[in-house]
Amino acid sequence: MRQTIRLIRVVRGVHANKFANKLTSPMRLSIASKCAVVAVNSGQRRQYASAPTGTQVVKLTSTMYPDVVRDERFGKITAEDIEYFKSVLAPGSVLTAAEEDLSGYNVDAMRKYHGQSQLVLKPRSTEEVSLIMKRCNARKLAVVPQGGNTGLVGGSVPVFDEIVISMSLMNKIRSFDEVSGILVADAGCILETTDQYLADRGYIFPLDLGAKGSCHIGGNVATNAGGLRLLRYGSLHGTVLGIEAVMPDGTIFDSLGKLRKDNTGYDIKQLFIGSEGTLGVITGISIFCPRRSKVVNVAFFGLESYENVQQAFVRAKGELSEILSAFEFMDTASQEQVARFSELRRPLDEPHNFYVLVETSGSNRVHDEEKLQTYLEGLMESDIIADGVLAQDETQVKNLWTWREGIPESLGKSGGVYKYDVSIPLEELYQLVEDTRVRIQEFGHDIGTEGSNVVNVVGYGHLGDGNLHLNVAVKHYDKEIEYILEPWVYEWIEKRHGSVSAEHGLGFAKKPYLKYSKDQSVIELMRQVKKVYDPNGIMNPYKYI
Amino acid sequence: MPPRLNIVVPVKRVIDFAIKPRISASQNAIETNGVKFSLNPFCEIAVEEAVRLRESSKDLVESITLVSAGSAKAQDTLRAGLALGADKATLIEIPAIDDSKSLELEPLAVAKLLKAFVKKSNANLVIMGKQAIDDDSNQTGQMLAGLLNWSQATNASKVTVDEASGVVTVSREVDGGTETLSAPLPLVITTDLRLNTPRYTKLQDIMKAKKKKTEKVSPEDLGVDISSRLEILSLSEPPKRPGGGKVDSVDALIGKLRETGAI
Repeated sequence: MRQTIRLIRVVRGVHANKFANKLTSPMRLSIASKCAVVAVNSGQRRQYASAPTGTQVVKLTSTMYPDVVRDERFGKITAEDIEYFKSVLAPGSVLTAAEEDLSGYNVDAMRKYHGQSQLVLKPRSTEEVSLIMKRCNARKLAVVPQGGNTGLVGGSVPVFDEIVISMSLMNKIRSFDEVSGILVADAGCILETTDQYLADRGYIFPLDLGAKGSCHIGGNVATNAGGLRLLRYGSLHGTVLGIEAVMPDGTIFDSLGKLRKDNTGYDIKQLFIGSEGTLGVITGISIFCPRRSKVVNVAFFGLESYENVQQAFVRAKGELSEILSAFEFMDTASQEQVARFSELRRPLDEPHNFYVLVETSGSNRVHDEEKLQTYLEGLMESDIIADGVLAQDETQVKNLWTWREGIPESLGKSGGVYKYDVSIPLEELYQLVEDTRVRIQEFGHDIGTEGSNVVNVVGYGHLGDGNLHLNVAVKHYDKEIEYILEPWVYEWIEKRHGSVSAEHGLGFAKKPYLKYSKDQSVIELMRQVKKVYDPNGIMNPYKYI
Repeated sequence: MPPRLNIVVPVKRVIDFAIKPRISASQNAIETNGVKFSLNPFCEIAVEEAVRLRESSKDLVESITLVSAGSAKAQDTLRAGLALGADKATLIEIPAIDDSKSLELEPLAVAKLLKAFVKKSNANLVIMGKQAIDDDSNQTGQMLAGLLNWSQATNASKVTVDEASGVVTVSREVDGGTETLSAPLPLVITTDLRLNTPRYTKLQDIMKAKKKKTEKVSPEDLGVDISSRLEILSLSEPPKRPGGGKVDSVDALIGKLRETGAI
């Protein structure tokens, strides 16, 4: 008998659908659909963005923040400007408010800021960016470089009528060296698409975060994004080897090196990492990519005190050492929030005060599993963890991750979220969440009750990096809540010499609070740097510094 | 008083469902080197159902026995099932052809092995996956029921056991609705996806599973000939779907549709 077997996995499809995440965000999809390359692989990859999904109209930033006024030194866009841009850019690359709905470019992912840009430019090459900047600099037209517009501090949307330079059409991989693992790519490549390209070649992008399906790698570098794997692969300051950028006067800054070691003079490209579009437009990056780990294991466990969470972390560093790739902690309030919107089975039957997700990545299954099991058994025997589960297959790995990655989206469902992304010395990390709850109650707001605007106060984050996400979910953004929280939160952090923005950046939201983390002498030097690079101040104004 | 349930759950070690299988260089097998294997999802559901039956009533279930026919590596799969709550496990060890592979069993051979095992273990209920996600045969359960001359209820989406009479009632989804069957023991049930959602494996149970017993037998011990009757000539992937494109205007769209002969 002869038989030809074809590889069609109908059954797997059914399975995938059944376990597919129920939390998908229409907002996120609408952002993705505006990008030229969309690779949303539903059911296969984790899909989460932190975008609130409300449908209410987002108030104009100029209305919400009347103290911020348009800088009258900036020019206003004329018909000649638009004609010029149309003459140097390809058809379809010049979008005007008269002809198109630009709200996708004007409203940020948090639906908190709403700019009034009348013009969006979508260059296809570094040279086109250079021509745009020359014109803007000569005419003193302010600009906002924009990637996937997934930022959380309002840095990627205009405040007034700044021109949006969307990098979405610059989305080509330029080169990849399979020996060294060095990737050179356009700034507008989507993180997940880029990572998939690398996965096919056995490599991994050294950054992973919830918005990966929409965010651009150029935007990641411009904001020095941190994410879930910083613990393992380090910050972009270490992995980015080179940057190509266009300066405000149109000069192309070419530092697209592919060298891991290069001690020749000031490392100027470092200034662009985390500059949030205030010095120039990043058009290309070269980055060092590690080999993708063959074996990934995930354990999820419940603990009764923050003290235990710290002990589990210390032991993880000692016992899992080189295979440890993520150590994320979550409080019980955050898990209740996810459970409210998820149909997935909860990993642990009983409630616990804290939860930890540990991920290991290595190359030898037997070795890794033995290490992880010894670690977990040790924790159980010493009563550090109360209960725990270990993912048995890839589906469970993904599902366990949704209990961490689904937190921002589930919070966003309530309406709005006040997000504080802070670095604090580990031993006091969780104290901030508890103090915040007390403070909100002191001001007469019951958390999570019917009549209260405050829906939930949760703490979670990258414990391994000393990075806490304190999120206050509200039904609607309200000045009163903002005054209760700010600058109180920042003062709390200043007392402990923490950072008011660990990985989200400054943007529009954190600009006034820079002084809580940086000394006046440092801020002054930053101002001087900005002036040298961008004398007319047209790059992403009203933000950062 | 009807007898308590002695449940046998056959399980299979398969390439993890989240991994895209690739054809090996020889073009007649699936690449298994360095690939993650897991418990077949349908088998996992079967184990979960057996454990839930035990949890539903104190005296209903006497024992839950796992059995797998495969290479020595299938012991990992058995251990995963033990951690979910089965009592003991037997590996019917299939000898290796070379370092990395053992013989691929056909459904009939598996059914014969299972028949011999079920007879030996005095089971009165078999709960198994309706199919394995590697070859998608969906034959073994039916063949086993035929060989044993037992009742069968395939693609179960709900299982209840009446303790007083020992009659098992099974719902199964069919075109346009649900069909409900009932049969006395002994019985073979195959599981559909909707039957249940398996639990996560608790750390305590993983530790306990290490101490549970795994027995080994050979096909010869069971008196079964497992030689292949089918020869796989070639494997091919489904044709690649050509990527989509974007058009700038309605006219361009109409033009494209004309080009392809769609209108």
